Amino acid sequence: MAEADVITKNRKFKELGFYDNQENNVYFLLPMRFARLNQEKEVLVNEVGDHLVVREGTFQKIVQRELNKEDDPDLFGDLVANHFISESRIPPLIDVLATRYRTKKAFLNNFTMLHIFVMSLRCEHTCHYCQVSRVTQDKDKFDMSRDHIDKGIDMMLQSPSPHVTMEFQGGEALLAFDNIKYAVERVHLLAGLRNKSVTFVICTNLALVNEEILLYCKEHEILISSSLDGPAFIHNSNRTRPGRNSYELAIKGIELSKRILGPSRVSALMTTTNLSLDYPIEIVEEYYKQGFRNMFLRPISPYGFAVRNERKNKYETDRFLEFYKKALGRILEYNLAGEFFTEDYATIILRKMLTPFPVGYVDLNSPTGCITNVIAFNYDGSIFASDESRMLAEMKDFTFQLGHLDTHSYEEVFYSKRALEIVSTGINESLPGCSDCAFQPYCGADPIQNHATQGDMYGYRPTSSFCQKNMEIIRYLIELMDKDKAIAKIFESWVKSRS
Amino acid sequence: MLLRTRGISINIEEPVVGRITRNAGYTGDNSILICENGLPSSRIEKFACVLTNQESTDWQGDHPVVFKVPSFEHLNEGDLVVVSQDGNIKTLYRINSFHNTLLATERCNSNCLMCSQPPRDRNDTHRLYGIYEKMIPMIPKDCFELMISGGEPTLMGELFFQLLQLIKDQLPETEVHVLTNGRSFAWNNLAEKLSDLEYNRLMLGIPVYADYYQMHDYIVQAKDAFNQTILGIHNLARYDQRIEIRVVLHQQSIPRLTRLSRYIYKNMPFVEHITFMGLEYIGYTPYNIDKLWIDPHDYMDELGEAVEFLSGQGMNVSIYNSQLCVLPEALWKYAKKSISDWKQSYLPECERCNKLSDCGGLFTWNLKKHSEHIRPFA
Repeated sequence: MAEADVITKNRKFKELGFYDNQENNVYFLLPMRFARLNQEKEVLVNEVGDHLVVREGTFQKIVQRELNKEDDPDLFGDLVANHFISESRIPPLIDVLATRYRTKKAFLNNFTMLHIFVMSLRCEHTCHYCQVSRVTQDKDKFDMSRDHIDKGIDMMLQSPSPHVTMEFQGGEALLAFDNIKYAVERVHLLAGLRNKSVTFVICTNLALVNEEILLYCKEHEILISSSLDGPAFIHNSNRTRPGRNSYELAIKGIELSKRILGPSRVSALMTTTNLSLDYPIEIVEEYYKQGFRNMFLRPISPYGFAVRNERKNKYETDRFLEFYKKALGRILEYNLAGEFFTEDYATIILRKMLTPFPVGYVDLNSPTGCITNVIAFNYDGSIFASDESRMLAEMKDFTFQLGHLDTHSYEEVFYSKRALEIVSTGINESLPGCSDCAFQPYCGADPIQNHATQGDMYGYRPTSSFCQKNMEIIRYLIELMDKDKAIAKIFESWVKSRS
Repeated sequence: MLLRTRGISINIEEPVVGRITRNAGYTGDNSILICENGLPSSRIEKFACVLTNQESTDWQGDHPVVFKVPSFEHLNEGDLVVVSQDGNIKTLYRINSFHNTLLATERCNSNCLMCSQPPRDRNDTHRLYGIYEKMIPMIPKDCFELMISGGEPTLMGELFFQLLQLIKDQLPETEVHVLTNGRSFAWNNLAEKLSDLEYNRLMLGIPVYADYYQMHDYIVQAKDAFNQTILGIHNLARYDQRIEIRVVLHQQSIPRLTRLSRYIYKNMPFVEHITFMGLEYIGYTPYNIDKLWIDPHDYMDELGEAVEFLSGQGMNVSIYNSQLCVLPEALWKYAKKSISDWKQSYLPECERCNKLSDCGGLFTWNLKKHSEHIRPFA
C-alpha cells in the first residue's frame, strides 16, 4: 500500500454522514422480485434467496426511486446490506454475490446422484393409488434381471459424482432380496475401482422384513426407507393387503429396524390420500407416538388423480394445503412445547430461504432434478428421467423414457436430445410465470408433472397445482416467521446442517 | 503489570535484544544480566547487556550497561526484553504468560472510535522488524500462542510476510493470531501471497462492526473500509485461510447487531470463530465515550439473539470481556476468560463473589467504566 494511503495527517473524528457514499440520492436495483404476503406486508427476494419482509407498497417505492436514505435509514441499510440495491452501478461486493449464487447452485456440480433400481414390480400389497405394482409370482417377467442389474450398476458408476445413492424400489423391493444382495456385493466390488462412495437405500413397506434381512442391512450399512401413512385406520385403508394388517406389520418392522440398525438409519414416508386429508392431527400424532422426530408431509401426488381435470386439481390442492397447514401447526405445537420435531418439506424450503448453502431436492430443483439429480432403471431395463416417469410409462406414456440398458450408453442417455429437452424445460429462471416470481429461488420446475397434468412440459402456471401448492406453502412459511418470532426461531433450528 | 522500565544507559549504540537472567554464571547467548547488588567483577563481557539498580558514578567499562533501573520485580528469568539507546527496557515476551503480543506497527489505515491503542503516523516497521528478527529465534519452542497486533500489521508490507515466515520457521508448534482489519486482502494478490505461506497455525482476527457499510465505515472512521474488509475476508476464504470475526459491542454497533449475525452467516459461513467483545475503556474510548457507551446490561437481548442464532447454525461463537453477573445464564457457556493476565482486574465487591474463578473479570482500565449491574454471586 502506498505511503500516502497510510499517513493520515488528520485523525479528527468525523460524523456518520461523512461516510455516506451515495451521490445525489441515486441508487441502482440489483436483481430482485417481490410478492404480496398479506394485506399489510410484502416480501422482497433477491437473486440468492435472501428475503426481506417489508410494508406493503415498499417495492413500488423502491423501483420508482422514491426511497430515501434520510427518511428510512434502516430500510435503506437493509436493502444495501442484503444485496437488493446498490449505490454504484456495479455493487462493490458483487464478487460476494457471485460466490453466493455459485454456492446456491452447487447441487449441480456433481450431476446425477440418485439411482433408482426398480428391483421388482411385484408386491403383496394392492394399494388403490398405486399404478405400478402387480400381485404375481412371475419373477422372470417382473423382476429386474441380473444382467440389467449389472448394466445399471455400470451406468451408475459412470456418474461424475464421487458419491452416489443406489435406491432399491418396487413394487416391494424385498421380494427380490436375493437380487439386492447380489447388487450390493457387486457394487462393493466395483465402486472402489471407480473411487465412488455409495449409499444404499431399500424402500420397503416392511411387511416382509425379518432379522436376517436387517442384519444384512446393518453389515452393509443399508438404510431403510419405509412407509407410514398415519394411524391404523388410515394406513390399512390406504395400503390394502390380505389380512388388512399392513399397519401392524409396518409398526413391527419399523421397531425391529430401529432396534437393529439404529433410529437414524430408518425413515418413514407418508403418502397423502383423500382419506388422509381429513386427519392431519392424527397423522402427526401417530408419527410422534412411533418415536419419529421428523416427518414428510408429502404433497399429494397428481399421478393418482384424474390428472387433467383443472377444477378437480385445484380443489385437491386446496384441500392438501389445508391439511398441510393443520399438520404443520401440530408439529409446531410440539416444538413450542420444547420438542425438536421437524417437517421435511418445510425444512427443504426453509434451507433455501434461510441458509447460504445449496439444497438438492429432486422435486424443487432448478434446473429440474430429473436426470440432473436422479435417474430410474425400471425392472425391465428401461431407463427413465425419474421415478414418476416410469409410473407414467405404466399408463402407456413413454415421453420420459431415455433409453434402455441393453441398447443405450451413458452418453446416449444423459446427453440425448430428449434429456436436453426435458431439462431445458425445467429451468424456472426462464419459464413464463416463474421467471418473475418472488419465490423462484425457493421453488423448482417439474416438466414431468407439467406434462402429466397440463399436457406439455412447460406447463401453465395459473392452473398449475405444483405452482399453487408451492406458492402457498412458501408464502405461508414466510408469514409464520414474520408473525411469530418463536416460530422463526424454530424454523432456524430446523435448517441447521446436521452432519 | 509493568512492561516497561527505564534507567541510565551507557555504551548502548543499537537496541539490544536478549533474555533476562539473574544468574551471573549463565553462559547462554544473548543474555541480559540483572545485578541488584553491584556489578560483578568478571564475566560481564559474556552478557549482551547488564541491568543494575546501582549508580553509575565511578564505572569506567566499555560494555553496555543500564544503571539506576528502579525495579526488576516484573522481570522473570527467561523473559525477553529490548534495551534501547535511551535506557528504556521494554518487555517483549513474558515466559510465564500465554498472552504474548508482537506490536507489528503503530500505523493504521483505520481510526476506530474505540481504538484501544491509537495509531501513530510514523514509519516504525523497519525498526520493529529489526527487533523481532532477533527476538523470535529466542522464544521458547513450546510457546503456545503468539498474537500479532498493531496498528495494522499488514502495513508492514513485505515485512509482514517475512515476519510470518520467520515465526513459522522458528516456532512451528505455535498458534499465531494476527489482528488485522483485513482491508489489505481486498487485493487478491495479497491473500494469495498469504496462502503461499501454507501456514495452518495462522488465524486472522478481523473486525466487522455492522452489516451496512456506512455504519462500519463510521465506526472505523475510514471510507470504503467495510467493502475492503468483506472483500478481503472473501479473498482469504478463497485460499482457505482461517478467519475469526471480531465484533466490539457499543452504542453504534448494537442497533444492527442481530442483522450483522445473519449477515455473517449468509455471506461468511466459512469463518472459524466469531467473538463478541465488550468495550475497553482506554485509548480513544474515553474521548468518544458519549458516542460509545451503553451499559452491557442493556444490550443483552441483542447479544443473546446474535450469539444464539450463530451458534444455532453450528458456528463457533464466543463472548469476550464480559462479566458473568451481567450475562444471562444462558450465555455463560459462550463467555471466555479472554482478558490477558496483565490487564485483568476485579472490582472490590467481586472479592465476595463465588463465581470469581469462572469469570473473566474486567480490563484494569474498565474499573473506571463498567456495567452498573455487576453484583457478586453469594
